Amino acid sequence: MKIALQINEGPYQHQAADSAIQFTKAALAKGHEIFRVFFYHDGVNNATRLAIPPQDDRNITAEWVALQKEHNLDLVVCIAAAQRRGLIDEDEMNRQGKDANNISEGFRISGLGQLIEAGIEADRLVVFGA
Amino acid sequence: MAKKFMYVNRKPPYGTIYALESLEVVLIGAAFDQDVSLAFIGDGVYQLTKGQDTKAIGQKNFSPVYSALGDYEVTKIYIEKESLEERGLTLDDLQHLVWEDEDDDWAEKDSIRLVSRAELADVLDDQDVLLSF
Amino acid sequence: MSLLHTVNKSPFESNTFDACLNLAKSGSTVLLIEDGVYAATTGNSVADKIKNTTDINFCVLGPDAQARGIEGKLAEGIKVVDYEGFVDLVAEHDAVQAWL
Repeated sequence: MKIALQINEGPYQHQAADSAIQFTKAALAKGHEIFRVFFYHDGVNNATRLAIPPQDDRNITAEWVALQKEHNLDLVVCIAAAQRRGLIDEDEMNRQGKDANNISEGFRISGLGQLIEAGIEADRLVVFGA
Repeated sequence: MAKKFMYVNRKPPYGTIYALESLEVVLIGAAFDQDVSLAFIGDGVYQLTKGQDTKAIGQKNFSPVYSALGDYEVTKIYIEKESLEERGLTLDDLQHLVWEDEDDDWAEKDSIRLVSRAELADVLDDQDVLLSF
Repeated sequence: MSLLHTVNKSPFESNTFDACLNLAKSGSTVLLIEDGVYAATTGNSVADKIKNTTDINFCVLGPDAQARGIEGKLAEGIKVVDYEGFVDLVAEHDAVQAWL
Protein backbone atom coordinates (compact mmCIF):
# COMPACT_ATOMS: atom_id res chain seq x y z
CA MET A 1 0.00 0.00 0.00
CA LYS A 2 1.18 3.54 -0.76
CA ILE A 3 1.17 5.75 2.33
CA ALA A 4 1.89 9.49 2.41
CA LEU A 5 2.73 11.49 5.52
CA GLN A 6 2.21 15.12 6.42
CA ILE A 7 4.31 16.51 9.30
CA ASN A 8 3.07 19.75 10.83
CA GLU A 9 5.53 20.31 13.68
CA GLY A 10 9.24 20.89 14.06
CA PRO A 11 11.55 18.37 15.74
CA TYR A 12 12.07 18.23 19.53
CA GLN A 13 9.38 20.79 20.44
CA HIS A 14 6.69 18.23 19.73
CA GLN A 15 6.65 14.43 19.36
CA ALA A 16 5.12 14.59 15.87
CA ALA A 17 8.40 14.02 14.01
CA ASP A 18 9.43 11.17 16.34
CA SER A 19 6.06 9.48 15.85
CA ALA A 20 6.32 9.93 12.10
CA ILE A 21 9.80 8.39 12.00
CA GLN A 22 8.71 5.34 14.02
CA PHE A 23 5.61 5.00 11.84
CA THR A 24 7.71 5.25 8.68
CA LYS A 25 10.12 2.54 9.87
CA ALA A 26 7.22 0.24 10.78
CA ALA A 27 5.43 0.84 7.48
CA LEU A 28 8.59 0.10 5.49
CA ALA A 29 9.28 -2.99 7.60
CA LYS A 30 5.83 -4.27 6.72
CA GLY A 31 6.50 -3.82 3.02
CA HIS A 32 4.45 -0.70 2.42
CA GLU A 33 5.65 2.11 0.21
CA ILE A 34 6.07 5.57 1.71
CA PHE A 35 4.96 7.62 -1.26
CA ARG A 36 6.10 10.94 0.16
CA VAL A 37 6.72 12.75 3.44
CA PHE A 38 5.53 16.34 3.22
CA PHE A 39 6.80 18.83 5.78
CA TYR A 40 4.48 21.77 6.46
CA HIS A 41 4.04 24.52 9.07
CA ASP A 42 6.95 24.32 11.55
CA GLY A 43 7.51 20.79 10.25
CA VAL A 44 9.89 22.36 7.71
CA ASN A 45 12.41 22.65 10.56
CA ASN A 46 12.96 18.90 10.31
CA ALA A 47 15.07 19.68 7.25
CA THR A 48 17.74 21.92 8.75
CA ARG A 49 21.23 20.46 8.56
CA LEU A 50 22.51 22.93 11.18
CA ALA A 51 20.83 21.48 14.26
CA ILE A 52 23.25 20.21 16.92
CA PRO A 53 21.28 18.11 19.39
CA PRO A 54 23.19 16.92 22.49
CA GLN A 55 25.24 13.77 21.85
CA ASP A 56 23.00 11.63 24.05
CA ASP A 57 19.87 12.75 22.21
CA ARG A 58 18.52 11.53 18.88
CA ASN A 59 19.31 13.52 15.75
CA ILE A 60 15.96 13.74 14.00
CA THR A 61 17.21 15.25 10.75
CA ALA A 62 19.94 12.60 10.53
CA GLU A 63 17.31 9.89 11.07
CA TRP A 64 15.25 11.24 8.18
CA VAL A 65 18.36 11.39 5.99
CA ALA A 66 19.31 7.80 6.87
CA LEU A 67 15.80 6.60 6.01
CA GLN A 68 15.87 8.62 2.81
CA LYS A 69 19.16 7.01 1.74
CA GLU A 70 18.14 3.48 2.59
CA HIS A 71 14.64 3.60 1.11
CA ASN A 72 14.91 6.44 -1.41
CA LEU A 73 12.19 8.37 0.43
CA ASP A 74 10.74 11.50 -1.14
CA LEU A 75 11.15 14.09 1.64
CA VAL A 76 9.48 17.31 0.49
CA VAL A 77 9.66 20.63 2.32
CA CYS A 78 6.95 23.15 1.53
CA ILE A 79 8.65 26.13 -0.10
CA ALA A 80 6.20 28.76 1.18
CA ALA A 81 6.36 27.51 4.78
CA ALA A 82 10.14 27.10 4.55
CA GLN A 83 10.85 30.56 3.17
CA ARG A 84 8.67 32.13 5.85
CA ARG A 85 10.78 30.37 8.50
CA GLY A 86 14.23 30.85 6.99
CA LEU A 87 14.77 27.35 5.63
CA ILE A 88 16.36 27.59 2.19
CA ASP A 89 18.41 25.46 -0.15
CA GLU A 90 21.28 26.57 -2.35
CA ASP A 91 19.09 27.49 -5.33
CA GLU A 92 16.84 29.64 -3.16
CA MET A 93 19.88 31.21 -1.53
CA ASN A 94 21.16 32.33 -4.92
CA ARG A 95 17.75 33.40 -6.19
CA GLN A 96 16.93 35.42 -3.07
CA GLY A 97 20.43 36.82 -2.60
CA LYS A 98 20.87 35.31 0.86
CA ASP A 99 24.30 34.60 2.39
CA ALA A 100 23.64 31.03 3.56
CA ASN A 101 21.49 27.97 3.13
CA ASN A 102 20.56 25.28 5.59
CA ILE A 103 18.53 22.49 3.96
CA SER A 104 20.02 19.07 4.52
CA GLU A 105 20.83 16.63 1.76
CA GLY A 106 18.02 14.15 1.27
CA PHE A 107 15.28 16.78 1.39
CA ARG A 108 13.90 18.72 -1.55
CA ILE A 109 11.98 21.98 -1.57
CA SER A 110 8.79 22.16 -3.57
CA GLY A 111 5.28 23.56 -3.62
CA LEU A 112 2.06 22.72 -1.81
CA GLY A 113 0.88 20.93 -4.92
CA GLN A 114 3.13 18.07 -3.80
CA LEU A 115 0.92 17.58 -0.75
CA ILE A 116 -2.24 17.49 -2.84
CA GLU A 117 -0.59 15.13 -5.31
CA ALA A 118 0.39 12.87 -2.41
CA GLY A 119 -3.25 12.83 -1.32
CA ILE A 120 -4.30 11.86 -4.83
CA GLU A 121 -1.62 9.26 -5.55
CA ALA A 122 -1.23 7.57 -2.17
CA ASP A 123 -3.76 5.11 -0.77
CA ARG A 124 -3.62 6.77 2.66
CA LEU A 125 -2.51 10.11 4.07
CA VAL A 126 -1.46 10.18 7.72
CA VAL A 127 -1.00 13.56 9.42
CA PHE A 128 1.28 14.08 12.42
CA GLY A 129 1.05 17.40 14.21
CA ALA A 130 0.19 19.38 17.31
CA MET B 1 -11.66 9.71 -10.71
CA ALA B 2 -11.62 12.68 -8.37
CA LYS B 3 -11.00 11.95 -4.73
CA LYS B 4 -12.95 13.50 -1.90
CA PHE B 5 -10.61 15.88 -0.08
CA MET B 6 -11.65 17.49 3.15
CA TYR B 7 -9.76 20.20 4.98
CA VAL B 8 -10.55 19.94 8.67
CA ASN B 9 -10.13 23.27 10.46
CA ARG B 10 -10.27 23.21 14.25
CA LYS B 11 -8.10 26.15 15.24
CA PRO B 12 -8.89 29.87 15.47
CA PRO B 13 -7.00 32.45 13.39
CA TYR B 14 -4.01 34.65 14.41
CA GLY B 15 -3.11 32.90 17.70
CA THR B 16 -1.29 30.29 15.61
CA ILE B 17 -0.49 30.07 11.92
CA TYR B 18 -2.50 26.91 11.19
CA ALA B 19 -5.61 28.68 9.85
CA LEU B 20 -3.65 30.86 7.42
CA GLU B 21 -1.44 28.05 6.13
CA SER B 22 -4.46 25.76 5.81
CA LEU B 23 -6.10 28.36 3.58
CA GLU B 24 -2.95 28.48 1.47
CA VAL B 25 -3.24 24.73 0.86
CA VAL B 26 -6.91 25.08 -0.08
CA LEU B 27 -6.10 27.74 -2.68
CA ILE B 28 -3.31 25.67 -4.25
CA GLY B 29 -5.34 22.47 -4.01
CA ALA B 30 -8.22 24.06 -5.91
CA ALA B 31 -6.21 23.70 -9.13
CA PHE B 32 -6.24 19.89 -8.88
CA ASP B 33 -9.87 19.25 -9.83
CA GLN B 34 -10.67 17.11 -6.83
CA ASP B 35 -13.95 16.96 -4.91
CA VAL B 36 -13.05 19.49 -2.21
CA SER B 37 -14.86 20.46 0.95
CA LEU B 38 -13.93 22.33 4.12
CA ALA B 39 -15.10 21.61 7.65
CA PHE B 40 -15.00 24.12 10.47
CA ILE B 41 -15.27 22.42 13.85
CA GLY B 42 -14.73 23.70 17.37
CA ASP B 43 -12.68 26.90 17.49
CA GLY B 44 -12.25 26.57 13.73
CA VAL B 45 -15.58 28.36 13.32
CA TYR B 46 -13.87 31.54 14.56
CA GLN B 47 -11.95 31.65 11.27
CA LEU B 48 -15.12 32.77 9.51
CA THR B 49 -16.35 35.52 11.84
CA LYS B 50 -17.26 38.88 10.34
CA GLY B 51 -15.52 42.08 11.37
CA GLN B 52 -11.96 40.83 11.82
CA ASP B 53 -9.53 43.74 12.01
CA THR B 54 -5.89 42.86 12.60
CA LYS B 55 -4.32 46.30 12.16
CA ALA B 56 -3.36 46.63 15.80
CA ILE B 57 -1.73 43.19 16.12
CA GLY B 58 0.56 43.58 13.13
CA GLN B 59 -0.74 40.58 11.21
CA LYS B 60 -2.39 40.40 7.81
CA ASN B 61 -6.17 40.03 7.93
CA PHE B 62 -6.74 37.00 5.73
CA SER B 63 -10.45 36.66 6.45
CA PRO B 64 -11.46 38.30 3.10
CA VAL B 65 -9.87 35.34 1.31
CA TYR B 66 -12.67 33.02 2.46
CA SER B 67 -15.18 35.01 0.41
CA ALA B 68 -13.06 34.31 -2.71
CA LEU B 69 -13.22 30.52 -2.25
CA GLY B 70 -16.30 30.35 -4.49
CA ASP B 71 -14.21 31.71 -7.37
CA TYR B 72 -11.82 28.78 -6.79
CA GLU B 73 -14.77 26.39 -7.09
CA VAL B 74 -14.55 25.57 -3.40
CA THR B 75 -18.26 25.52 -2.73
CA LYS B 76 -18.84 23.06 0.11
CA ILE B 77 -18.14 24.60 3.49
CA TYR B 78 -19.46 22.60 6.42
CA ILE B 79 -20.00 24.28 9.77
CA GLU B 80 -20.73 22.17 12.82
CA LYS B 81 -23.93 23.56 14.33
CA GLU B 82 -23.09 22.53 17.89
CA SER B 83 -19.70 24.27 17.70
CA LEU B 84 -21.40 27.54 16.77
CA GLU B 85 -23.96 27.18 19.54
CA GLU B 86 -21.36 26.35 22.20
CA ARG B 87 -19.63 29.60 21.33
CA GLY B 88 -22.78 31.72 21.42
CA LEU B 89 -22.60 32.29 17.67
CA THR B 90 -25.14 32.07 14.88
CA LEU B 91 -24.66 32.06 11.11
CA ASP B 92 -25.25 35.83 11.22
CA ASP B 93 -21.92 36.20 13.01
CA LEU B 94 -20.11 34.51 10.11
CA GLN B 95 -19.30 35.77 6.64
CA HIS B 96 -21.90 35.00 4.01
CA LEU B 97 -19.99 32.79 1.58
CA VAL B 98 -21.42 32.18 -1.88
CA TRP B 99 -20.50 30.69 -5.24
CA GLU B 100 -21.90 31.14 -8.74
CA ASP B 101 -23.32 28.03 -10.39
CA GLU B 102 -22.42 28.06 -14.07
CA ASP B 103 -24.85 25.19 -14.73
CA ASP B 104 -27.69 27.30 -13.35
CA ASP B 105 -27.20 30.58 -15.25
CA TRP B 106 -24.56 31.73 -12.73
CA ALA B 107 -27.07 31.78 -9.93
CA GLU B 108 -25.53 32.77 -6.61
CA LYS B 109 -25.70 29.94 -4.09
CA ASP B 110 -24.73 29.55 -0.46
CA SER B 111 -21.45 27.76 0.16
CA ILE B 112 -22.04 27.30 3.87
CA ARG B 113 -23.79 24.14 4.98
CA LEU B 114 -24.79 24.24 8.60
CA VAL B 115 -24.80 20.63 9.75
CA SER B 116 -25.32 18.75 12.99
CA ARG B 117 -22.64 16.58 14.51
CA ALA B 118 -24.40 13.46 13.27
CA GLU B 119 -24.58 14.84 9.72
CA LEU B 120 -20.96 15.98 9.78
CA ALA B 121 -19.87 12.55 11.05
CA ASP B 122 -21.41 11.06 7.90
CA VAL B 123 -19.64 13.61 5.70
CA LEU B 124 -16.27 12.91 7.35
CA ASP B 125 -16.81 9.20 7.00
CA ASP B 126 -17.32 9.61 3.27
CA GLN B 127 -13.96 11.31 2.59
CA ASP B 128 -10.94 9.79 0.87
CA VAL B 129 -8.34 12.25 2.17
CA LEU B 130 -8.55 14.26 5.38
CA LEU B 131 -6.07 17.10 5.75
CA SER B 132 -5.87 18.30 9.35
CA PHE B 133 -4.58 21.66 10.46
CA MET C 1 -16.40 3.11 4.83
CA SER C 2 -14.81 3.48 8.22
CA LEU C 3 -12.28 5.92 9.58
CA LEU C 4 -9.25 5.61 11.80
CA HIS C 5 -9.14 8.60 14.17
CA THR C 6 -5.93 9.54 15.96
CA VAL C 7 -5.94 11.65 19.12
CA ASN C 8 -2.63 12.97 20.42
CA LYS C 9 -3.62 15.25 23.30
CA SER C 10 -4.39 14.59 26.93
CA PRO C 11 -8.14 14.81 27.58
CA PHE C 12 -7.30 16.86 30.67
CA GLU C 13 -5.54 19.55 28.67
CA SER C 14 -7.73 19.93 25.60
CA ASN C 15 -11.14 18.99 24.22
CA THR C 16 -9.61 17.12 21.28
CA PHE C 17 -10.63 13.71 22.64
CA ASP C 18 -14.24 14.90 23.02
CA ALA C 19 -14.21 16.52 19.58
CA CYS C 20 -13.14 13.18 18.16
CA LEU C 21 -15.81 11.22 20.03
CA ASN C 22 -18.44 13.71 18.85
CA LEU C 23 -17.72 12.87 15.24
CA ALA C 24 -16.49 9.27 15.33
CA LYS C 25 -19.11 7.00 13.84
CA SER C 26 -20.12 3.59 15.06
CA GLY C 27 -17.63 0.99 13.85
CA SER C 28 -14.73 3.40 13.54
CA THR C 29 -11.47 3.14 15.49
CA VAL C 30 -9.90 5.71 17.79
CA LEU C 31 -6.15 5.31 18.27
CA LEU C 32 -4.66 7.22 21.21
CA ILE C 33 -1.07 8.32 20.58
CA GLU C 34 1.48 10.67 22.18
CA ASP C 35 -0.19 12.58 25.06
CA GLY C 36 -3.52 11.16 23.93
CA VAL C 37 -2.68 7.90 25.72
CA TYR C 38 -3.56 9.44 29.10
CA ALA C 39 -7.23 9.06 28.19
CA ALA C 40 -6.78 5.28 28.36
CA THR C 41 -5.82 4.92 32.03
CA THR C 42 -8.23 3.23 34.36
CA GLY C 43 -10.05 5.21 37.03
CA ASN C 44 -9.55 8.62 35.46
CA SER C 45 -12.41 11.07 35.02
CA VAL C 46 -12.88 10.32 31.31
CA ALA C 47 -12.70 6.52 31.68
CA ASP C 48 -16.47 6.24 31.60
CA LYS C 49 -16.59 7.85 28.16
CA ILE C 50 -14.48 5.04 26.74
CA LYS C 51 -16.35 2.39 28.71
CA ASN C 52 -19.75 3.69 27.60
CA THR C 53 -18.82 4.13 23.95
CA THR C 54 -19.09 0.49 23.03
CA ASP C 55 -19.59 0.93 19.29
CA ILE C 56 -16.10 2.39 18.75
CA ASN C 57 -12.86 0.40 18.91
CA PHE C 58 -10.35 2.09 21.20
CA CYS C 59 -6.66 1.38 20.75
CA VAL C 60 -3.64 2.85 22.45
CA LEU C 61 -0.11 3.08 21.07
CA GLY C 62 1.85 0.90 23.47
CA PRO C 63 5.25 2.59 23.05
CA ASP C 64 3.68 5.94 24.02
CA ALA C 65 1.95 4.42 27.07
CA GLN C 66 5.16 2.66 28.10
CA ALA C 67 7.20 5.86 27.70
CA ARG C 68 4.82 7.63 30.05
CA GLY C 69 4.80 4.87 32.65
CA ILE C 70 1.10 4.10 32.33
CA GLU C 71 1.19 0.76 30.53
CA GLY C 72 0.15 -1.04 33.73
CA LYS C 73 -2.76 1.33 34.30
CA LEU C 74 -4.59 0.97 31.00
CA ALA C 75 -8.32 0.41 31.20
CA GLU C 76 -9.71 -2.99 30.29
CA GLY C 77 -10.98 -3.46 26.77
CA ILE C 78 -8.49 -1.09 25.19
CA LYS C 79 -6.33 -2.80 22.63
CA VAL C 80 -2.62 -2.03 22.80
CA VAL C 81 -0.79 -1.79 19.47
CA ASP C 82 2.80 -1.08 18.51
CA TYR C 83 3.88 1.04 15.53
CA GLU C 84 3.37 -1.91 13.19
CA GLY C 85 -0.13 -2.22 14.62
CA PHE C 86 -0.61 1.49 13.92
CA VAL C 87 0.39 0.85 10.31
CA ASP C 88 -2.05 -2.08 10.12
CA LEU C 89 -4.87 0.13 11.42
CA VAL C 90 -4.07 2.73 8.75
CA ALA C 91 -4.18 0.04 6.08
CA GLU C 92 -7.39 -1.56 7.40
CA HIS C 93 -9.40 1.69 7.49
CA ASP C 94 -10.47 3.72 4.49
CA ALA C 95 -8.97 7.00 5.62
CA VAL C 96 -7.30 8.60 8.64
CA GLN C 97 -8.52 11.67 10.51
CA ALA C 98 -5.88 13.16 12.80
CA TRP C 99 -7.47 15.22 15.55
CA LEU C 100 -4.75 17.79 16.07
